[in-house]
Amino acid sequence: MYTQAMDIPDESGKKLAVVPGTASELEAAFEARIAADGRIEPQDWMPDAYRRTLVRQISQHAHSEIVGMLPEGNWISRAPSLKRKAILIAKVQDEGGHGLYLYSAAETLGTGRDEMLAGLHSGKAKYSSIFNYPTLTWADVGVIGWLVDGAAIMNQIPLCRCSYGPYARAMIRVCKEESFHQRQGYEALLVMMKGTDEQRAMVQDAVNRYWWKCLAMFGPPDADSPHSAQGMRWGIKRISNDELRQKFIDATVPQAKVLGVTLPDPALKWNEERQHYDYGQIDWTEFWNTVEGNGPCNKERLATRVKAHNDGQWVRDAALAYARKQKERAIKEAA
Amino acid sequence: MSTPIDYLLHLADNAVVLGQRNAEWCGHGPILEEDLALANVSLDLIGQARLLYQRAAEMMGGDATEDKLAYFRDAHQFRNYTLLELPHHGPLVGYAAADRDYATTIVRNFLYSALMVLVWDKLQQSKDAGLAAIAAKSLKEASYHLHHSRDWLVRLGDGTEESHARVQAAVNHLMPYTEEFWTTSPAEGSAVAAGVGIDVWALRPDWDAMVNEALEEATLTRPNFHGYVTEGKIGLHSEHLSYLLGEMQTLARAHPNATW
Repeated sequence: MYTQAMDIPDESGKKLAVVPGTASELEAAFEARIAADGRIEPQDWMPDAYRRTLVRQISQHAHSEIVGMLPEGNWISRAPSLKRKAILIAKVQDEGGHGLYLYSAAETLGTGRDEMLAGLHSGKAKYSSIFNYPTLTWADVGVIGWLVDGAAIMNQIPLCRCSYGPYARAMIRVCKEESFHQRQGYEALLVMMKGTDEQRAMVQDAVNRYWWKCLAMFGPPDADSPHSAQGMRWGIKRISNDELRQKFIDATVPQAKVLGVTLPDPALKWNEERQHYDYGQIDWTEFWNTVEGNGPCNKERLATRVKAHNDGQWVRDAALAYARKQKERAIKEAA
Repeated sequence: MSTPIDYLLHLADNAVVLGQRNAEWCGHGPILEEDLALANVSLDLIGQARLLYQRAAEMMGGDATEDKLAYFRDAHQFRNYTLLELPHHGPLVGYAAADRDYATTIVRNFLYSALMVLVWDKLQQSKDAGLAAIAAKSLKEASYHLHHSRDWLVRLGDGTEESHARVQAAVNHLMPYTEEFWTTSPAEGSAVAAGVGIDVWALRPDWDAMVNEALEEATLTRPNFHGYVTEGKIGLHSEHLSYLLGEMQTLARAHPNATW
């Protein structure tokens, strides 16, 4: 899953140690590689701001994956069939896996996982705001797969060409798994739409609740997106928020028709001249309010992550203590 | 040769109930790697349950399906060991609220997977070819679950003072429930008689050796057993199973005619 988060400023960046060499030569080499659409690797010199931007973006992405485990995890215990339960566990586990290799990608920039988690837990670091909404019925699980993961894929595919090598490579795998999740979500909804009246109503209700939130996932309109221009110049961001949003809407409208659900936007209609769908106004006040911590589930999501981390402290301490003892024993044996 | 349905249900119910319990950690693990590990264990167990329920449903015929067996039977019809339905904390009544304790989870997974590597290994020779095939697949999974839980048992036992105390408390709490492994239920008796099941009693020396060796490495003490032997596998459960099933079955039962 993903996130508008690349555009959300926070305080989680970190300065790197100064690398020898004249700043201008190093910067020129960096700029030349970016201009040639080459990859920057961990050992390469890079400007502080580029590093900070990446740490912020990758860690926000990783945080989104692990916070995103909670709304869907909410339905694992109540999944209505064993097959759907297995699919959901596997999916949520994939999201945790994405978190793991994104944290690893961010660590190549010199910031440790503990530090990134401290940023999340203190509320300094952001995560995708889509996970601050509740999953109220089983249909939400399908809709998250179809629409939230669908929006995520739109955001993420360009990231496979991101200028920072470890992030770009991580995104290739993430995208493959997300596409799978999207198809699984859509398939679950197709089955429900062929089912009982209650099941169909459940799907429509979930679409109504998630549609506008998904459009907001692409981030603020280009005109109000503070990080976009620099991100584009650095090859971190490739396609603008508004372009991606439009692409998502154009792809989703026909899927909604096949499914037999109505997208809750009276202004949604094909524009022959633009060759795109027109759509209504996104409620950015509500979006920013949620990003700022005042959405329906922000406090629960964050407190749950903090509690899991604090409750697990004794387990991590034990693992470290045991590893230390084993090391000492090995040294003693060798002596 | 076909296996008595109650015996298949015993194996399936064990898997589904522990699978449900392990999945409760998803998103709440002590470290991200353990979230993934427990989700994987759960996924394996749900997979085992599905195969076993499918086999049982096939034998039952009529409108039996894996989901009918998992979602539309009540607690007294479940044939799992009581050990597997307990919440992830110490001895408290069914409606008491308490935090999940990782030591309880690890000790339970260890005690059960130590048994199941022995059970699945023997069941590979079952005269029921279908069950033998399920056993061969499940053995690989149980070996991994044993590896994972044993590693953590040792780490926690020989870790810090706090982890040692917690894991010892979990061993003290859960070990008595393993006595249920060694009694013979009617389903187990008839499965053995038909040559499709195994005599669990015969596995006890190997299980004891495995458990004692691990506890010793973990610097833990095995408590002496005295007291009540649980009877979950004949349908007499703890207070905890109906809560677990209540949650698991709620949506399926609210829409009994729906397909998902």
